[in-house]
Amino acid sequence: MNLTDMSLSVFAADAGHVPVLDPTPASGAFTLLWLIIALPLAGAAILLLGGRATDRWGHLLGTATVLGSFVVSLTLFISLLGRGAEDREISQHLYTWFQAGTLDVGMDLLYDPLSALFLLLITGVGSLIHIYSIGYMAHDERRRRFFAYLNLFVAAMLMLVLAENYVGVFLGWEGVGLASYLLIGFWQYRPSAAAAAKKAFVMNRVGDMGLSLAIALMFVTFGTTSFVAISAVSGEASQNTLTALGLLLLLAACGKSAQVPLQAWLLDAMEGPTPVSALIHAATMVTAGVYLVTRSNFIYELAPDAQTAVVVVAVVTLLWGAILGCAKDDIKKALAGSTMSQIGYMMLAAGLGAAGYALAIFHLLMHGFFKADMFLGAGSVMHAMDDDVNMRHYGALRRAVPVTFITFAMGYLAIIGIPPFSGFWSKDKIIETALADNWVVGLFALLGAGITAFYMTRLMLMTFFGEKRWAEGVHPHESPKVMTVPLMVLAALSLLGGVMLIGDWIVDFLAPVVGEPPHEELAVPPIVVSLIALAVVAVGVTIAWMIFGRRPIPREAPQEVSFVTRAARADLYGDAINDGLVVVPGHAVATGLTTMDDVVVDGAVEGGSLAVAGLGQTLRKVQNGYVRSYALSLLGGALLVVAALLAVNLA
Amino acid sequence: MTEHIVLSAILFTIGCVGVLTRRNALVVFMCVELMLNACNLALVTFAKQHGNLDGQVAAFFVMVVAAAEVVIGLAIIMTIFRTRRSASVDDASLLKY
Repeated sequence: MNLTDMSLSVFAADAGHVPVLDPTPASGAFTLLWLIIALPLAGAAILLLGGRATDRWGHLLGTATVLGSFVVSLTLFISLLGRGAEDREISQHLYTWFQAGTLDVGMDLLYDPLSALFLLLITGVGSLIHIYSIGYMAHDERRRRFFAYLNLFVAAMLMLVLAENYVGVFLGWEGVGLASYLLIGFWQYRPSAAAAAKKAFVMNRVGDMGLSLAIALMFVTFGTTSFVAISAVSGEASQNTLTALGLLLLLAACGKSAQVPLQAWLLDAMEGPTPVSALIHAATMVTAGVYLVTRSNFIYELAPDAQTAVVVVAVVTLLWGAILGCAKDDIKKALAGSTMSQIGYMMLAAGLGAAGYALAIFHLLMHGFFKADMFLGAGSVMHAMDDDVNMRHYGALRRAVPVTFITFAMGYLAIIGIPPFSGFWSKDKIIETALADNWVVGLFALLGAGITAFYMTRLMLMTFFGEKRWAEGVHPHESPKVMTVPLMVLAALSLLGGVMLIGDWIVDFLAPVVGEPPHEELAVPPIVVSLIALAVVAVGVTIAWMIFGRRPIPREAPQEVSFVTRAARADLYGDAINDGLVVVPGHAVATGLTTMDDVVVDGAVEGGSLAVAGLGQTLRKVQNGYVRSYALSLLGGALLVVAALLAVNLA
Repeated sequence: MTEHIVLSAILFTIGCVGVLTRRNALVVFMCVELMLNACNLALVTFAKQHGNLDGQVAAFFVMVVAAAEVVIGLAIIMTIFRTRRSASVDDASLLKY
């Protein structure tokens, strides 16, 4: 495609690309599929219902269940590789969930290459985070409860990626929302944590609304929510219906994956314990949106307008998150901004259609590795610095926490895309594909890569280099083995993850689910794009070094800063926009309704009864107990009757 | 006939005013009797006028009822007088709002 051609014509639907799912019933080892979800779910149930009795070994059980799920996932993955490419979709019917009229929703699981990769990521990285949490939460007296919630989180996410229909996805989707609420607000005695949990939950509900509306529309249009059934008939729906479905699913993805305009909860979610942040950002939760878009490829491929919307949202989020990352002094918030930006890359790839789905999943896996690595590394740094999160109080930590530094550096090199680290392969491919598709989008992706290099370098320099800016009485120390070993594993994965792209293995592996990517020729060879990307990254790194490496960093954040910095520190006014557009008008409407209720409704009801009561108070004075006054009224009444009779008779 | 009816009306009015103005229960009672008898007079007069017995029969009924009423009414007045040492109808005003 011509690089100067700005039209999005490549988005034009081509029904030939859309693969139809055709699973075979589970047999042999695959009948263990349900166990993957059941193990962590049972762990959560035992730990929550068992109460204090499980305090002593709760964390071990919680870790063991997820490890068990990982072992099952790995076994199934190997069995799956043993099958032919066309035979890699397996379904398992557990039971009929509910049945009403023509609707028949089963508790069905679908195991295909896409869910297989997700299972490995969720259970694998999830296990490492569980192991790390044993050390990180060692001194928290509610550790058992923490592990119960972690297990619930993992179980919900596994349900989400294993379900064979959208209702099952919704079950997992809501479960993830609940678990994230419980975990973000885990230290609920902090008002900020409680508020952050509530914020995450409420903003997610907006997205959930999109998903439930999409499911309802599918019921109406296709009469089913099964992936298999819909993928076979999606072409028969009208263009408007498909676009509406695509946009509703995009709304859902925006909520869960913290894409603009539903991004504001992600940075506040840093109030949770650090392993939770790692779990939310790397293995679960925010990846759900990318999964949903990729899984719904049979809808998006036929709805080019919705795909364009995905790309627009992705590009905006990509830059939005990157800009936030540049200004935050809180190490976790800087990383959260980078997650938002990286998820933007994945959504961008997913929005590019068949050319990008596999790349989105590839970047998602790589991001899972290096982001989990860096979040856990940040947790380790915080552990060393007495839970201080302000990077301006760090500096020169590379000697104090060498293992954390080296593993963190691996993640850093991966995220900014230095070969041969994993992030290079995945991000580079996305930029390439975006450029081939539409050079404007491609340039924004390239710019995002430069900003990523800038803020990650800033984070590295402020944390590990420069001179000590530690607070009084802080004595950094390396974390225990139980925390550093998961870091080493994740660092190794960040280094080696790129092997999945050798010979386009992951693209071919996912092709049965998301379709064969069309071959698009760039005007320039890919190596040139890679070099340009590397050059942009180098510029970002250099600028960061000139600002934060050469000059001393003040311990207090400077207040005399440019407008851009102020805006980025204020989350690009995301909260202000939400306040202005939703919260304030909503509050005004609610206040108005309350006043209306108090004054008009209550006034009518209570006023009526007050009037009747007052009338009664007056009228009862007539009952004065004097016989003679009664006799007078009797006489009056009799006279009235007589007068009436006379009037009638004489008239 | 007219003078009988006029007399009946005068008696009834006297009874009526007596009931409304007097406080002594016995006087009130007698005024009630006066009204009943005024009615009886009117009934008998109308019976004579129409030449049938309907009014006279009604007058007998009224007399019987009045006799029964006197028995009960006097008993009540006696009881009230014994407990309150007063026969004023205005004093017996407990049953009110």
